Formats: sequence, C-alpha cells, structure tokens
Amino acid sequence: MRKKAFSVIGKPLRKVDAMAKCTGDTRYADDIELPRMLYAKLLRSPYPHARIRSIHTERAAQLEGVSAVITGKDLPEKFGIMPSTQDEEALAVEKVRYVGDPVAAVAASSEALAEQALTLIDVDYEILKPVLSIEEALASKEESERIHSWNRRANIQKAVSFEFGDVVVGFARADEIFEDTFFFQGNTHLPMEQYCAMAQYGPQDKLTLWSSTQTPHYLHRALSKVLGLPMSRIRVIATPVGGGFGGKSDPFSHEICVAKLAMITGRPVKITLTREESFYVHRGRHPVKMWVKTGVKKDGTLQAMHFRSFLDGGGYSSYGLATVYYTGALQTVTYKLPAYKFEGVRLFTNKPPCGPKRGHGTPQPRFALEVQLDKIAEKLGIDPIDLRLKQLVDPNSITVNGLRISTTGLRECIEKVAARADWKKKFHQLPYGRGIGFAASSYISGAGLPIYRNEMPHSGVQIRLDRGGGITVFCGSIDIGQGSDSILAYAVAEEFGIDPADIRVVTADTDLTPVDLGSYSSRVTVMTGNAAIQACGKLKEILLPVAGEALELPVDDLEMAEGQLRSRSYPKRAISFAECVEKAEGKFGTLGATGSYSPPKHPANFKGSGVGPTPSYSYTTSIVELSCDPETADIKLHKIWIAHDCGRAFNPLLVEGQVEGSVYMALGEVLMEEQVFRKSGLHKYPSILEYKSPTTLETPPIETILVETDDPEGPFGAKEAGQGPLLPVIPAVANALYDAIGVRIDEIPITPDKILRALEGRLKSVSVPWFDFPPPIKWQPGDGVGVQQKS
Amino acid sequence: MLRLPEFNYIRAKSLKQAGRLLADLGPEAMAVAGGTDVYPKMKRGQFTPRHLVSLRFLSELRGIRPGTKDGMWIGAGETLTAVSQNPAVNKLFPALAHAAGSVSTPQLRNVGTIGGNVFVDTRCNYYDQTFFWRQAAGFCMKKDGDICLVAPKSKMCLAVFSSDTAPVLVSLGAVATFSGPNGLRRVLFDECYRDDGINFLTKQSNEVLQGISIPRPAFGQRNVYLKLRRRGSFDFPVLGVAAAMQFNPKGVCLSSKIVLTAVASAPVVVDEAAHLLEGKTVTRDAIEAAAEAAAKVSHPVDNADLDYWYRKRMTKVYVKRALAELAGIQLELEKGAVKPRQI
Repeated sequence: MRKKAFSVIGKPLRKVDAMAKCTGDTRYADDIELPRMLYAKLLRSPYPHARIRSIHTERAAQLEGVSAVITGKDLPEKFGIMPSTQDEEALAVEKVRYVGDPVAAVAASSEALAEQALTLIDVDYEILKPVLSIEEALASKEESERIHSWNRRANIQKAVSFEFGDVVVGFARADEIFEDTFFFQGNTHLPMEQYCAMAQYGPQDKLTLWSSTQTPHYLHRALSKVLGLPMSRIRVIATPVGGGFGGKSDPFSHEICVAKLAMITGRPVKITLTREESFYVHRGRHPVKMWVKTGVKKDGTLQAMHFRSFLDGGGYSSYGLATVYYTGALQTVTYKLPAYKFEGVRLFTNKPPCGPKRGHGTPQPRFALEVQLDKIAEKLGIDPIDLRLKQLVDPNSITVNGLRISTTGLRECIEKVAARADWKKKFHQLPYGRGIGFAASSYISGAGLPIYRNEMPHSGVQIRLDRGGGITVFCGSIDIGQGSDSILAYAVAEEFGIDPADIRVVTADTDLTPVDLGSYSSRVTVMTGNAAIQACGKLKEILLPVAGEALELPVDDLEMAEGQLRSRSYPKRAISFAECVEKAEGKFGTLGATGSYSPPKHPANFKGSGVGPTPSYSYTTSIVELSCDPETADIKLHKIWIAHDCGRAFNPLLVEGQVEGSVYMALGEVLMEEQVFRKSGLHKYPSILEYKSPTTLETPPIETILVETDDPEGPFGAKEAGQGPLLPVIPAVANALYDAIGVRIDEIPITPDKILRALEGRLKSVSVPWFDFPPPIKWQPGDGVGVQQKS
Repeated sequence: MLRLPEFNYIRAKSLKQAGRLLADLGPEAMAVAGGTDVYPKMKRGQFTPRHLVSLRFLSELRGIRPGTKDGMWIGAGETLTAVSQNPAVNKLFPALAHAAGSVSTPQLRNVGTIGGNVFVDTRCNYYDQTFFWRQAAGFCMKKDGDICLVAPKSKMCLAVFSSDTAPVLVSLGAVATFSGPNGLRRVLFDECYRDDGINFLTKQSNEVLQGISIPRPAFGQRNVYLKLRRRGSFDFPVLGVAAAMQFNPKGVCLSSKIVLTAVASAPVVVDEAAHLLEGKTVTRDAIEAAAEAAAKVSHPVDNADLDYWYRKRMTKVYVKRALAELAGIQLELEKGAVKPRQI
C-alpha cells in the first residue's frame, strides 16, 4: 500500500552534502594528498591519425626525479565500456586515432618535472590521412584510411535498421508527407572539475584507485581486465564528482595509467588533467546528421515515420553502440506512431571519441522531431500544441517499437506549461522580432539493461543499524552533484520515520558498498530508491514485531514516525527508534539488511531491443519566449517555462535544480557550444574561454512546473529528473525563433551568422549522405518475439 | 593543471627603477601589473620571460584626477574596476567606464589595470593556445614559428587588437605618458599603435606607461562604446565601436571620431566618417554613409570568435547604432519584416 502522506519525501530539504560543498570541506579527487606521492602526465599525439613506428623513453626515464615511464607495450590489453566494442588502449599501441590520444605516461616527483619528461620522449610517427567527417568516413576505401581494423566495413562502427509496423501502408494512408534534414553539432560536457585520479598499490598487493568517475563498478571491471589483477584485489573509490553529465562514465586511460604507475613504483600516483586535455578526452554529444520523413493525415495525426541518423563517433567506440540505437529509440514514446522505420549508422573519425552526454543520443532526434512537428502544424494550419495533444501516447501502453509506457504526465505538462506561458495569447500574436515556441520530450528513468549482460541486480543497498539508533546506508551509487546521496537518506528516513540528518550515507566504494551500476541513464533515484526501500522493509519486519511486543500492540496498528514506533490509534503509546533497535539487537543479534533492484523485463526481445526500455519514462514540455534582433541576429531570451513529469519529487528543490541545470545546458547547446575541429584534426579551441558556453548571466528566468504522476515502478512514485528536461528546450528555442522572425534554422547551434544568412535566404539546407543500410529487423507489437531479419 | 614556469619576480621600487630594470634585463624581461594576461600566457608558453618586473605596487601609477590642467589623469596602475566605477569617469566619459567595465569578469577587473588593457597583447585563435596545441598546429610567426596560420600568404601577423579601452581613448584624443630612460614622453594614443600583430605598439620596450590624460576639449564630447561579443559576461571584443562627437547648441556636429577595435591588429580610425559628419546636422542618411565608410575599413579575419563574415557585417550595424545614440536619433527596424503565416 502506498502511503498517502509523506514526512520526508516532497519536502524541500537541504542536500546531505550541501554544507560540505558550500564550505569547501568536500574532498574531490584532486584534494587527496598521500605521503610520497608522485604526479603523472600523459604524452598525447599531436596527429589525428598516425602509425607509431617507435617510441624511445630512455631519455625521459633518466631525468632526475622521474620514477617510471610507460607506453602501450606495458598495457596492451584492450578495454571499452561496451563489452562488444572493446577498442581502446590505455596508451596507443600501434596507432593514434585523434589529436590528444595518449601514447606514454610518466610518473615524477612533481607535475612540472613530469611535464618536462614528456618532452624527452621520442615518438616516431608515420602520418596517415585523417578522416574528419561523416562523409569522409562513409567514403573511406583505402586500407590506410581505416581507423580500426576490427570492424567489418572501413570506418563504419555500427549500422542498424528496424521497421516497426507497416511503414509502406502508413505512408500510403498519409495525406501529406514531410521530409526534412537536420544537423546537431557535437558539444562537450564542460564540468567544472577536470578529470582526476589517484592510485595507490599495496600493502598486501592491493590496488586502490580514487577517481572522479560516474561508474566505479565498470571502472573496477576495466582495471581488472587491463591490469590483470582480480577484482578482489582492486578497490575503486569514486570521489565526489564535480560535474559529470556523462563525461565521466567510461573507464579512462588516465585511470589505468596511474594504477599501473603506482604498481610499478610502489608509490601513490596522481593525475589531474588540464582543461585542454578534458576536451580531448571528451565522450560528449555526437554530431548527428538526420533525415526525417513523416506522413500525416490532414488533421495532423501521424501515420508513419522514417528516420535516418548519421553519427560522427570520433576515434573510438565508447558508448557509441548504445548511442546509435538511442538516436532511434525514443521517437515513439511521446506521440502515437503506428509505423516507424529507423536506420542509423555510427562512423569512426579521427577526432576525440564521442559518448554519452545528458540525454544520450536523444536530444538530436528530439530536436529534429519537434521542429518538424512545428513545420507540419504550420502547413496544416493547426496550433502546434493542439497537434500534439490529439495524439499523445496512452498510459499503460506499448509503443510500436515495443517500449512499455507506465504512466505519462505529458498531457498535464503540456496544459500547465501552455497556461503559465499564456501560449494561446502569444503564439503568432507577438510583434515581429519576438516569438514563442513549444516542444515536448520524454526520457528514460534508467536503462532497462546493464552495460554487460548479467542476471544480477542493477542496484544494491545495505543498511546497518547501530545501537543508539544510528543508521548507515551503503550503496555503490556515486553523487555527481545530482543529489543521489541525499536520495538514499530521504528514502530510508521516510521508511523509518526519522530525520534524514540522522542518517549516514556511505557510497561508491567497492570495498564497502554493494554494486550500483553508476550515475548514468538517469537511473539512480529509481533504482537505488527501490533497493533502499526493499532493505528498509526487511528491517521493518524485524523492528515492528519487537515494538509490538514492547508496546503490547498488534503490528498492524504500528507506524514509524518522528523517530518513534508508535500506535496509529493511540500515538502516545510509543517506543523510540533507538530503543527499539537496541531491543531488536538483543533479540536477533547484529542488525543489517540488504535490498536490491532490477528493472522489469521489457516486452520486446528483438536484437537491439535492449536500448530504450526503462522502468518509467519521464515527460517534459517547454515554452521559450525570445526576441531576435533582425539586424544583428542577437537572441535575447525572455523566459523559459518548463514542466516536468518526475513521477514524484523526492525533494522539489533538487528536482528544480536538475531542471534548471538542464535548461541552462540546453541553451548552451542550442545557441553557442560547438566541439569543432580544424582541417588538421585539431580541436579549434580547447579552452573554457573560447569554447563558448553560457554563464548564469546569460541564463534567463526559468519557471519550473513539477508534475507528479506517482509511477508504480518508482520509489514513492518517482521517475528521473536529471536528463529529460534538457530535451525540449533546444527545439523550443528553434521554434520560438521561427515565430519571432520567420526563419527556420535546422542546424544546432543556432548562431547569429546562420540566422542572418537565413534571413537573406542564403542558408543552405543540411545535406545528408547516402548510405546502404542493412535490411531492417522487423517487429510488430504483440509479437513479443523478434522476427528474423530477411536475408 | 597548467603550471607556471619558473621566473624571477622583481618588485620595482619606483617607476624609474622599473624602467632601468627593463632596460638592463633586455628582451628576457617583461613588465607585469595585474598579470591577468601575462601569467596565463606564461603557462601556455606564449610569453617566455626569465624576469618579471612588477609595477603592481607603484604609487606613481595610481590616482584618477579629473581636474588637472591637461584634463583628466588616469594612472596606468588603476584597476579596471576603479576606472569603471569612478564617478568622474562615468559622468564625463561613460564610454570609457563602460569599456573598462566590460573587460573580462569582475574578479579579473579587480586585478587587471587600465595600463595593461590599453596595451594588451593582440589575440588570435591560432596563438592563444597551449604549447601542445601550437606545436600540433605548427607554430605561427607570432611565437616560435614563421608563418601566419590564418592567412599563410600574409607577410604580417594578423592577430587581433583586443583592447576595449584603447579605442575609447583614441576617440577622445587621449595622450599616453611614458616613463623611459630619457624621462617622460607624451604621445597621442592615436600614435601608440601600428597594424602589425607582433609589433603592434610604437613604444620602446623599456618605456612604461605612467598614465593617461584625456584632454579638456574632450570633456564636452558625447561618447559611446558598443561591444560585440558572444557572451555579455566575460568575452573579449570581436568588434568594438568607440565614437565621440561634439555638437553645438543647434545640434550641428563640430567634431566626430569613430574608432574600431578587434577588426585589425591596431585600433582603426574611420577617417572618412569625420568628413561625412562634421559641420552638418546629423541625419539618418549621414549615419548610414558613415557606417558604410566604417564597414569598408573593417577587415576581420577568421581568427576570433563568431563568423568573420558576420563580424564585418556587424561593423556597419554597430557604427550606425553608436552614432544614432550620440545624435539622439531613433533608428527604425529594417522594413519588410513579416511574421510567419497566422493561423
């Protein structure tokens, strides 16, 4: 039975780590100092594509103060986040694949000395022709242009193709067919904290690695694989992460290198990457070219969609296998779509590898989809909000591509945001130069499958009760600023009826905490929350009978509230939580319990169906009001309204914080951020000054509306809030710009030069290359099983 | 993190001693005041001095005195914050207060000086990079190399003059006072710069800017500074327009000076604009003509933020808006603006 009223959930409480963050007490990875520690630096390739003929490290090794120098030969084992695309090396063995690819590592007594040692390493490169664009990658024929040798076709990492429902029939039924092309430029995460890791080896031949990572468990596995140490000998401690946004979700070269250097030297070794290096490590938003063909009835109802995406992946696979699927997975979860075809391909190019960034592979197609719907609405003479309202997906339904929708607050999000923004009065009514735009979106509350196939839970929580009523919660989750430590405290506090401030949370230490898969895919609140509730339930089964016996009351009449176990009917008959814990320990021995969580099985099981399912989908809508100066194309954002279906707000302050952070990040992507490269393959401006990202001063007022749908899959009904709210803001800005000045910019970022060119009718439409996609895997809702691929 | 290389730090006791030290130590020495440009450039290997002569604590470089016989005196060591917040500066020269207040961020303005800003190193996206980056790109002629990466055929360095305050001072006819081995030397700011990304200053390396005088005739001039940049919060200018105009009581323009920044390696004075406006009542058409003239002498290249086609285009718009503001003319939005089809 779901509780009607909550004592902790829904309250705007302070984050458990807030004071430490504000006072500077939080110890980030770079704050760690150990006796006799060394400093490491990585030598990086100045060429985007080259074969390594030889590396000579002797001169560097002889430099006074240098303790160790390693190269790819010392770490030949390949790794990568996805089990099927392990194509990364801690240090390049035969080839370098982007400017910044690490080739050697040095440990020395100071950072300056390590840096000096790098200049004494001689690398002889055979320079190869770099492949720098989607088109060049598709055209690669020569063996020398091939970036990797493991993939079947040169520079094509993965090509996928699906058909759901009957697309031919769908398009035949349509009255109007729309075809558009879009481009979403790559951008990077830009967390305030740069990458940092510290390793210590020994005593007892055990390795400890501290790192600013979002995925300590996957890092644990990668370290074991590359270093050849059993996982039992490795301890990974994820330090408080000063911003991740997806960029700290892979196992990285610098983490493996400091571990190896610590093993060689027997001394602690630390590495802190520079801002410039952080741009080379990247793993950010993929540049994606998209082609969308959509068939609609005259009344605007969708009949069929055919979506193609081309992803510029950079030099390595990273999460790319998942990303290419994600560019096609969630088109179906907002509006009813009876037939859908998706084709996607991810290419290798000689640039820093792309990976997951807030929204992972879905902001790009969402931009295309929501802008195209705006075009459709205009052509058909329908208000774009009305167009959407008539075809929203139903709760408790299964989409054409086999995704199970539990609850959806999309209608409520649309209605609320439209009312608050006064949409009907403003849309098309504002004077020239001022406009308003709308978009909607949806995101997963945690990936339905783990990165590596296994039957174990996705999240584990252990709770220990101490004499005196102390509660310690152990969980492998890592707080990356989103508040996951607080979520654990709130969940347990709610269950036990005590103050969250009285709970100690120990997280992200593989020696101490049960596995949680990590802070990615917006999974933590739903999964750790459910695991924590389960662990609390086990302890309640012990505590409630003890209290019942002490109070001489039936267990049914007991509740846990205000630090007590008490009678519901006679609240004065009560025993304190602490006293109950002591009585229970006297009766049963040491008190502890574990809880775990695995997402529900998803309905479809065709190859590739693992990307997209989730316990629940969050929904977001956004309205943007802006002015654009038609002479300078300068955009002034007046206000952003955003409504988010978070299932239930564990803490409305934290949810609003995530929503506002998402809006801010989206504004950077839509208006200015670009991870772009010179013809030589060199990043154009790997600095926080010249890579333009907005500051708080560029951020307009944001009005956040939280919608609660009380999802049955979520802990206390909660869904995600960390990523989804980024999605609608980008197309809403594009749509608002059109309403303001009447030009469409189908390319992200929307920069002033593009707007001026468009105003003069000189902006070219996005060109999308041709590619021979494989024949589609076909699947129908209701089948439940995959239909075999045709030849 | 990027580490600062080793260097000698010498705190000069007087301006005279600073000049002598710079002369004695020669090209291996640099002067430093606020250090907001010097230190990051040392980390990136763009500046490689062995000795830094600090001017930071010299009282001779301090003081903002509005009423001297030569006009307003601003000590070169005054911080940008001090200049931007000074009441007399705000009253007489709002353009200067705005320009100084638009440099970088509050923290850096609290340390960075006006002297540092007027002579700030020219900037270029091929030059303002780390040693690793410049090595990977191939060094350019401004540091460690011998070609220009922006325009490989160019014999000159095309790094961009990026001071916000200098164009305002040029527009006001301000004078620089240098302290050098031969005593004090006074030079019009107009003559302090040359269009060469490397040798963009005419002053001797052992001369130190002591202060700035804005002459009395400028006191009655209306002045304005408009700055184009990506973010209002902290970017360098990618176009700046400083304009100063004197009007008689009938609204006739007596003098006019328009100066552009960030479109070349030195501030660019739009000479023709003066001829177009002086002795006339300023009209929309006159402003248009002056703006056209400014666009002709604006030559941005592809080495700073924002598309250079766009930056050139903006020269005209910004000059037009600057002059309209000075002349008190309301500009209309361009005609022909149509909203998308109504539902």
